Amino acid sequence: MKKSLLLVMCTVLVVALLSGCAQSTSTSGGGDSDVIKIGVFEPMTGANAAGGEMTVEGIELAHKKVGEVLGKKVELVVVDNKSDKVEAANAASKLIEQDKVVAIIGSYGSSLSMAAGDIVKNMQVPAVGCSPTNPLVTLNNDYYFRVCFIDPFQGTVMANYAFNELGAKKAAIIQDVQNDYSVGLSTYFAESFKSLTGDDNSIVATTSYNAGDQDFTAQLTSVKGLNPDVIFAPGNYGESALLIKQARDLGIDAPFLGGDTWESPEFLSIGGDAVEGIVYSSHFTSEAPVTEVSETFLAEYKEEFGQDANAFAALGYDAYMLVIDAIERANSADSNAIRDAIAETAGFVGATGNISLDANGDAVKSAVINQVQGGKFIYLTTVEP
Amino acid sequence: MSIQEFLQHMANGTSLGSLYALIAIGYTLVYGILRLINFAHGEIFMLGAYIAYYGIIFTPLPWWLVFILASVLTGLVGLLLEKLAYKPLRSSPRITILISAIGASFLLQNLSILVFGGRPKAFPSPDILNGILNIRGVSVASISIIIPIVTIILLVILTFLIKKTKTGMAMRALSKDYEAASLMGIDINKVISFTFFIGSFLAAVGGIMWGVKYPQLVPHMGMMPGLKCFIAAVIGGIGNITGAVIGGFILGLGEIMLIAFLPTLTGYRDAFAFILLIVILLIKPTGLMGEKIAEKV
Repeated sequence: MKKSLLLVMCTVLVVALLSGCAQSTSTSGGGDSDVIKIGVFEPMTGANAAGGEMTVEGIELAHKKVGEVLGKKVELVVVDNKSDKVEAANAASKLIEQDKVVAIIGSYGSSLSMAAGDIVKNMQVPAVGCSPTNPLVTLNNDYYFRVCFIDPFQGTVMANYAFNELGAKKAAIIQDVQNDYSVGLSTYFAESFKSLTGDDNSIVATTSYNAGDQDFTAQLTSVKGLNPDVIFAPGNYGESALLIKQARDLGIDAPFLGGDTWESPEFLSIGGDAVEGIVYSSHFTSEAPVTEVSETFLAEYKEEFGQDANAFAALGYDAYMLVIDAIERANSADSNAIRDAIAETAGFVGATGNISLDANGDAVKSAVINQVQGGKFIYLTTVEP
Repeated sequence: MSIQEFLQHMANGTSLGSLYALIAIGYTLVYGILRLINFAHGEIFMLGAYIAYYGIIFTPLPWWLVFILASVLTGLVGLLLEKLAYKPLRSSPRITILISAIGASFLLQNLSILVFGGRPKAFPSPDILNGILNIRGVSVASISIIIPIVTIILLVILTFLIKKTKTGMAMRALSKDYEAASLMGIDINKVISFTFFIGSFLAAVGGIMWGVKYPQLVPHMGMMPGLKCFIAAVIGGIGNITGAVIGGFILGLGEIMLIAFLPTLTGYRDAFAFILLIVILLIKPTGLMGEKIAEKV
């Protein structure tokens, strides 16, 4: 009796652990030889869940539109990397070793992409990131590419905004130390803000928190005492929304600036009134379509999901289309041939703009600046690189 | 650091600490009576917050009634958990139950991802709890005052329950000697169920308060608070209810002060709790308020 119960409990434990492992869902089946598999690893749960889901929406929309290449069916293999670096690495190896994908799309989150960097490089399968903006994602990695701009540009854009538009002379930085995106972006912001003000002490504070923290009052209280003109706080949308809310509760009224990760409905619903007026840089806005592809993408997205598309869906759409385009140009489903074709991408017309990849595999594109007004993301301006 | 800034840090620390204290009480209660570390306590905490969330979204009831009903409902979930995961193992070695508790914790977490989804939900906290009091430049959210009051009220009620009522006496008897208590005519199952109900009820109150203070619900939200409140309970002397409250405050204030005075160590915030745990275990293994527990043979 006791033994059988123990067995039951162990089974429960194993099931619980297994159900936590990366689950993969294939969107179409079919024989192996006439199918080309493309892997997608994105965070569907955890701290980055919203960003990952929005990206996958865009990828699946594109897959629905173009489901065939070289006369073969394209099969998407989507794996949840759970916003976790270890899971991200596992997800990438699973896609390559088990699912035999020819190319990989993903991931939202620079840290997650970097975790898979060595794996795609060693296994020689090209990966195209949708929104990881940290320069290190593609640096010294011939197999990693991306369809978005990088943080040195994004950081400069926001520093310029703080200096020129807000007339800020003193800035404080609050970063998520576990997040390569947040730390990288903060560094570039600081560099360029210092050179704009010509004052090495213009960054009055650089404080940190950890992804998953809920209480930021200690950091904010210290920042409040320094009285900055502006606070730059790039990070996950959830933590950032709580942070800004707590800042307002503590009586900090300095404007908050951030990066592209803030663009999610959760940022608005968690932040509520507190996030009114915050400004961030992004890749795309439905208010200012840049190419003819943007127009069709926006229409298709609205038809499918009943709302305006966001930057992450647009980037997911572009990444998928770029991979398909590369397979066509390579006229082969061989990973190395696809890699070479991706590397040669120039003047590819995507929803987020014209994409040409530079020597590092990064897209050189314009950035948009958005603001939260009346509980919505409102487009302010476009900044050219 | 100005006096005002220091007072603000104190206010922040007290507010966080009272939340830890609230959750630690439930932890320590279950351990004190049953000698069982309920590792699924953090997940019960998370369920409490989610149930309250759905209650506010989908029912027309006033928020306070939803909070009470959600806590009771979560208490019943805890009771069910005991029936399914712990009761069948009651005569097994303690390690088996501990493993079962860890399994239950994973199961609940993953079920929640399936049911509630992985994306965070914004807790619709009522405006009345979100006011800000400004006392000579020190900002205190009204919820930060409500939480310690709730904690103290629950602490008093619980102490009364355990010290003065018949059920409380049965609970204490059970904690001393399981078999002798049953021989004396105490309905063990009833007392254990009751203990679990109260423990889970307290976890739910903690979860709801957490949701009001940090209005972001995610399925893994119970993990870190669960661990930290377990540590708070150990610091105070696990099994001792007043100790749990003291432990919670030490942990909350300690965390805030660590960041306030040693900002470069911010990244070690969570590690701080574990280091404190190790230090306590080395210096006073029974915790600050703990009594020496004779191991039952």
